[in-house]
Amino acid sequence: MLRDITIGQYYPSNSIIHKLDPRTKLMLTLVYILSLFIFQNVAGFAVVTVGLVLIILLSKVPIGYMVKGLKAIVIILVITAVFNLFLTPGETLVVFWKLRITKEGLKNACFMTVRLIYLILGSSVLTLTTTPNQLTDGLEKSLKPLNKIRVPVHEIAMMMSIALRFIPILIEETDKIMKAQLARGADFESGNLVKKAKSMVPLLVPLFISAFRRANDLALAMEARCYHGGAGRTKMKPLKYKSADGVAYLVMAGYFAAVILVRRFF
Amino acid sequence: MNFIEARKLVHEYIRRDEDDNVESILTALDEVDLDVRQGEFVAVLGHNGSGKSTLAKHLNVLLAPSGGTLWVDGKDAEDADNLWEIRQNTGMVFQNPDNQIIASVVEEDVAFGPENIGVPTSEIWKRVERSLKSVGMIQYREHSPNRLSGGQKQRVAIAGVMAMEPKCIVLDEPTAMLDPNGRTEVLDAVEELNRKKGVTVILITHYMEEVVRADRVYVMDNGKVVMQGTPRAVFSQVDTLKSYRLDVPQITLLAHELQKAGLKVPQGILTRQELVEALCQLY
Repeated sequence: MLRDITIGQYYPSNSIIHKLDPRTKLMLTLVYILSLFIFQNVAGFAVVTVGLVLIILLSKVPIGYMVKGLKAIVIILVITAVFNLFLTPGETLVVFWKLRITKEGLKNACFMTVRLIYLILGSSVLTLTTTPNQLTDGLEKSLKPLNKIRVPVHEIAMMMSIALRFIPILIEETDKIMKAQLARGADFESGNLVKKAKSMVPLLVPLFISAFRRANDLALAMEARCYHGGAGRTKMKPLKYKSADGVAYLVMAGYFAAVILVRRFF
Repeated sequence: MNFIEARKLVHEYIRRDEDDNVESILTALDEVDLDVRQGEFVAVLGHNGSGKSTLAKHLNVLLAPSGGTLWVDGKDAEDADNLWEIRQNTGMVFQNPDNQIIASVVEEDVAFGPENIGVPTSEIWKRVERSLKSVGMIQYREHSPNRLSGGQKQRVAIAGVMAMEPKCIVLDEPTAMLDPNGRTEVLDAVEELNRKKGVTVILITHYMEEVVRADRVYVMDNGKVVMQGTPRAVFSQVDTLKSYRLDVPQITLLAHELQKAGLKVPQGILTRQELVEALCQLY
């Protein structure tokens, strides 16, 4: 069960999207998310759909693989749809008992659901085509200006990449502790919610202790290898913009303009 | 001057209560003298709590001495200006392979050290390739460390240290968490670095079999160096070693028992081959 976590999952391939600079992809994702909240009618929806489908096709990631990621948010989707459907005031279409469905409600529900689905699909293209390392590198470089207002950008990026490195290790450890506690008669399955939460204590305490011990060891190992923050550090794989990135930025500008124009004139 | 020179090195772990009063003092190192020449393979042997790990951490200036002097590569370890230079020159490999690998790709982890000391990008690539080759892990350069065996991870950790081009590596019980195969893998890699590249090696361990490969052995007990010499000289004193709760290698023990039983076997036999030859000469 714990192995199904898909955060930061990467789908290896050598598509054009995979080869883009992570900074470009971050920017593209940001603009894409903005555009999701700009479109308001069917024409805008069409433009965004074309954009999304194009990117997915270019990334060579199988659609089925991406749709799997939607499973996690099905409940959120349903709740959003239901709330929008019944709670939006406006012109009444149908009345069931005390519940009223309005024309605006129907429209809102549809658009919100589509927006959420597109949001997940679009941002999963980013994580599926970018390795966690590239992603943190990209973040570090893009956020560098924040250094001037004393945001420790390098340190944050370093923490992120270490966290990503330790996720599988800690999951494995949780599994081990769980089995060890089960062997001693612990019961993680039965009982109500409160009882279940309580039964997690013998799992979490050893996990935390071991995580702190690991952190301590790791800090020592990093210091022994001369780590002293971001100052004077070089990179094995420095980020460099290529011509494909220029094209991507142009396409992005065109797409964004199209979304805005469609909103104004249709 | 020797590469490492420790004179009367003392380290005390001081435990304080909430009001900063000293509650108890644990002397982990008690006037330790240590001399290691450039290119030597030295093993430090000791039971748990003998102070051997504390000693290792001093060599990399991860801990500062409470007393005495320590010179590494002709530099005073107590001078803060020398800190990074010493850490670069004496790399350190720890016990748990998982807790010292920083990156999620093997080659990026090996590059971590050189990145920290500001080596230019093209040089980093060369160093990564060279050090991965020297521990026989080049074919795994793009793998995730999570998929490697313990011995392989530990070799990656050694490569990570080698990429900083140190003159000396200190290995703090590098094989304690490995299976016998992994153990031989790691020790073979270390021995090769020592013999072929002339890297000074300080191996901290409590496995007797590993010590046989060293040029010289220090035995520690209760924070003190209690014995030193070649493996042969040290292992010939089976009874003294036992008093420090250390076992000699099985083959040495067998030779020792045979000798006690009246056979004329020489002292300090280290390998099966030696014992076979000694026995054959008897008759």
